[in-house]
This record gives sequence, structure tokens and C-alpha cells, in this order.
Amino acid sequence: MKDHQDRGETRADGLLASTMSGEPIKDLYTAADIQEFDPDMPGEYPYTRGIHRSGYRGRLWTMRQFAGFGSAEQTNARYKYLLANGQDGLSVAFDMPTLMGQDSDNPTSRGEIGHCGVAVDSLADMETLFEGIPLDQVTTSMTINSPAAILLAMYLVVAEKQGVSWDRVGGTLQNDILKEFIAQKEFIFPPEPSMRLVVDTIEFCAREVPRWNTVSVSGYHIREAGATAVQELAFTLADGFAYVDAAIARGMDVDEFAPRLSFFFDAHIDFFEEIAKFRAARRIWARHMRERYGARDERSWKLRFHTQTAGVSLTAQQPELNIARTAVEAMAAVLGGTQSLHTNAMDEVLALPTDRSARIALRTQQMIATETGAANTVDPLGGSYFMESLTRQMEDGAEAYFRQIEEIGGVIPAIEEGFFQQEIADASFRYQAELEQKKRVVVGVNDYTGGNDEDQLEILRISNEVEAAQVERVRRLRASRDAAAASKALEQLRRAARSAEANLMPSLIECARAYCTEGEMMGAMVDAFGLYTEKAII
Amino acid sequence: MSGGQPLRIILAKVGLDGHDRGIKVVARALRDAGFEVIYIGLRQTPEMVVEAALQEDARLIGVSLHSGAHMTLLPAVMDELRRKGAEDIVVFGGGIIPAADIAELKSDGVAELFTPGTPLTDIIAWVRENVEAVPT
Repeated sequence: MKDHQDRGETRADGLLASTMSGEPIKDLYTAADIQEFDPDMPGEYPYTRGIHRSGYRGRLWTMRQFAGFGSAEQTNARYKYLLANGQDGLSVAFDMPTLMGQDSDNPTSRGEIGHCGVAVDSLADMETLFEGIPLDQVTTSMTINSPAAILLAMYLVVAEKQGVSWDRVGGTLQNDILKEFIAQKEFIFPPEPSMRLVVDTIEFCAREVPRWNTVSVSGYHIREAGATAVQELAFTLADGFAYVDAAIARGMDVDEFAPRLSFFFDAHIDFFEEIAKFRAARRIWARHMRERYGARDERSWKLRFHTQTAGVSLTAQQPELNIARTAVEAMAAVLGGTQSLHTNAMDEVLALPTDRSARIALRTQQMIATETGAANTVDPLGGSYFMESLTRQMEDGAEAYFRQIEEIGGVIPAIEEGFFQQEIADASFRYQAELEQKKRVVVGVNDYTGGNDEDQLEILRISNEVEAAQVERVRRLRASRDAAAASKALEQLRRAARSAEANLMPSLIECARAYCTEGEMMGAMVDAFGLYTEKAII
Repeated sequence: MSGGQPLRIILAKVGLDGHDRGIKVVARALRDAGFEVIYIGLRQTPEMVVEAALQEDARLIGVSLHSGAHMTLLPAVMDELRRKGAEDIVVFGGGIIPAADIAELKSDGVAELFTPGTPLTDIIAWVRENVEAVPT
């Protein structure tokens, strides 16, 4: 429709008329835009309209707020508070030393302990974290990647000690190492041994922990690092396919593990683009799983996903506005059919949320679920000229990226070549330039700044006592545990890591039982796998 | 520019977090503005950053961190500069840093801190006005 406005066009107020990702969109969509539209039904392949026929009438999404700070005791208290306020599942945020696989008494942990999550050095901390929370009655999501297998091992031992058998334990491990190389940068081992560990957890859980979601293939961090919506969609699904390829290469049947792969997307502020992205993701995954990988189990075709509203869209200026932003983003996630949702608190751009701001964030979801009517009708935008057309546009954009990645030789060669990193850096710089030229507006940042000088919010501060106490705790643990059992378990892990054949999960579980620390287990694996460093691309 | 040489700036991520979106955008903007930018990457210790600045004869060090460790790691950079007798190197920072902490860090000698939403043009202008104009 050449008579309508297209890419690069600006509106009367001077702003770009494309989506925030730069996707060209028109000012009007009509039946002519969806002539090839092939309507499908919710709950039916390829699931564009959702994986459940009854949408949210049958079951609401899970309200799962990511939380963790300070010591295991403090976080345990926050979890009990959230559960008492109607939250359904737990989501653990670990601190930077834990995410990077190092103990609290490592010199480079200084200043970082308990700041952006909870510090977990050993099984002892994990036991405290879930004290009084029966693991057969909650599901737990753990945001951890390079050391994911270690934290899973600790969690399984906590369940064991609570008398909960592993087949009744449910939850999700992020365990998505590929996006670490691409965007979040919490890598430790090189890509190949990192992938081996991911496949070890996939294989182990398929046999022993059947309700566990082994990988949460994550676009969130890719998007937050500056990617566009299409890049988030394409790179995330490409990572998902890479895990499928790796598990098949291990000798597994696709239907043995694919139903336990789940996804994690960002919900950014460009409302319709986000909904289209979620719809396209389901359709692409279903098609590839069925047609390319020959999956026969319908559960392997269904893309299930968690969503978090966009941290990067929050502004330090007039932070109360973030409540409104988060509500719009959460609504997009719901209209896009998310299975679970985290809504950011208004003060997360300044610090970890206070109890009050965390409650407001949870209440925002509860409002959408109960007051707005959004949960009453499944895929209410299905059939819209604009929505169906934009969904197709997202899908076409992703397929074009899949071809490019394939030409490079796959996801790992593309990481090593810096392809993703360059694409994201370019997109983020382009967006920043558009903001500076005021072709895009962020309220309170580059326009409507009246009120920016008002008093700041009260923020949560983590005291330095947490750090000193945690350092002391891990030192005391090393001195008081059965030293022979710990060193025997670590030796066994070291041997298993050197053998290409062994699945490392049983050795890691043995180490967890013996109260080996996270840093010790990582160290044993680094001896075999080495460390990865990246070439920085700007 | 002093002596016809472009002003050399070391940029680094100190601490453990990998959030490098901001520093990469700043690196590109400073480079495009004509400065010589050396981004030394992730997980740099205060000692590594100061060593790099001395090796490269940099006039400025810019560090970014988003993990909440700024009250430990930025003072550690300043201490290391004093230990090496390199207080003439100007340090600036960026990240999620509450206002109260900014005042304390400035009293420790950090020249400027840029928080979320700062226009790149402000950062470039600050470098021009506060560093480039001052003869070595």
C-alpha cells in the first residue's frame, strides 16, 4: 500500500513513526494487509494465538517476582512476605559473586556481596534460603547461568533433606549460557564445555527431575543490552534451536527434552510490537520443532514463556512514572499470552526494590488480572489487520536472521565472530542517537522534564555487615565441614570433568551434599575447561 | 587539543557485572567526537584499570558499574591512583549510583558521575570543558 507512510517517516510532532525497534509500520492497516492470513485457533498448532484453548479463563499466568538481596535469611523473609501477599512462585536473584561462580571470600567479591541478589556459597546458604518453604508446594525459578548446574544440585539436595522426592520438584533453571556470550556476559568457561554442562542438566533432569524446566532460553538480556524486538526474537530462538541440536547430538530424542525448554522475553514499551513478538515466537518455535526437528509430542511444539517488563525502559527521572510504564508493558505480556510475569518496581532503576515498591509492582499484575478484563478473552487482538501483519513482519525478520546465522556456521561461530554483539551494539547506538536527536521521546529524560528535581524516593540500602557476615560464614563452613568428604567429592568432580563421557550432575550433587562451596566446584571445572575471555566490540 | 595529540581515555567495566550497553555507547560517542578511546573490557580490577591508564599514558579513566559495588570499587581506583602517584589522571564514572553516594565519591576525588538518562552530548562536553582544556 504505497499511499501509506513507511519507514523513516516522521509524524507531525517530529517523532519517528516506526516502532521503537525501527520496524516500518503504516498509518493504516486494512484487509489487504492480511490477504495471506491463515487463521489458527488458540491451543492449536502453530499456536500463534496461544498454547491454551481457554487462555487465562482456565488458569491465570503465574505472578513471579524476581527477588533476592543480602543474606539468605533476609531473602527467605522476603519470600515468605511475597508468598503471604498472594505470589504463586519464587524467583531467586543471586548476587554477582554467586552468578560468577565465586565464593564470598574471594578478593574480587568485595563490594558485591548481597547487592544485586542473595549470596549463596554452599548448601548451607541454600538450606537457609528455603527454610520453612516446602519445595513440593512452590515452584522456584533460579536465574543462574555459568554455575547453573551447581545451584540446581544444591536445590535438589535441599529437597532431599526436606523429604521431597525429585519427581515432585518443579521449577526453572535459567541455564542459558549462549545469551551470556551474546549479551549478559556472565560467561566463565568457553562455549563448548559450557554447552556440555547445559546438556548434562537437560539429560539428568529428563531422567530424574521430570517437572524441572531445564533451560529458560532468554531474550530478556539480549533486549536489555540494546537489541531490537526482531533481534531479541531471532537470537533467542536461534539459541533455543542450538540447545535442541546439542541435546540431539548427545543422543536424546527431541521429545524427551523439548517439552522442558521454556523461554523468557522482555516486554518493552512499544505495545503492539511486543505483542506481535510473542505471537511470532510461538509460531516460529512450533513450525521449526515440528517440521525441522520432527517432534511428535505436541508439548515440544508449544513455546511457553516468562516475561519481565523492561528494566531498561525505567527512568531515574520522576521514577513514579515507571509504575505506568510497567503497567503498559505487563498488559502487552498478558495480551501476548505469557505463562508467567515479573513486573518491575518503580525504584529498580535506582536500587533493589523496597518492600513497598515491590508490593506495588505485584499489585499492578493483580489489577490487570482482576480489574481490566484482559484475562477474559483469549488473544483478543487475533485477526486485527495490524496485529496479524506485524506478527508476520516479526516472523519474516527472524527468519532472515536465522539464514544469516546459518551462513556464518551456527550460533557458536557467530558468537566467536562477534556477530550478535555487533548487531546489538549498533542497534543500541542507533536508538541512543535517535533519543539525542529527539526523534524519540522518553518522558522525563529528553522531554517533559518538569518535576525531575523533586525529592528522590527512599531506596533500599544493603549494609556492609552483610558482606562481613557472609565472608565469615563461608570461612566457618570450610573449617567445620567433613574435610575428607569434601575433598573426595571435589576430586571425583575433577575427574568427571576431564572425562568427555561423564554427566557431571551426579558429581555436583555429591559435592553439594559434602558442603563443597560454589567456588570450589567451579574451580574443579575450570581446571578441566579453562576460562573464556571476549574481544570487546564497541 | 593539547599538543596536537588526541586525548586518550581508558574505559573499563570494574567489578563483576557484565552490563556493558552503557559503556559501549559512551565509548563510541567519545570516539566519534575525536577522542582516542581504549575500552579494556569487563571484570577489570582497580589495579588493572590504573595499570592500563599508566601504560597507555591516558589522561582520563572512565569506569562503569551497575552491580551496587561502586562504594567499594571507585574508592579503590582512587586509592590505587594515589598509591601509584598518578593523581593527575582524571576519573569519571557511570552507572546506577544514588545521589548520596555521588557526593561521597566526589569528595574522594572522582571528578564526575553520570547517571541513567545523561545525554551523550553532556558527557562529551564535560570531557572537553574539564579535561581537554586543562594543560598537562
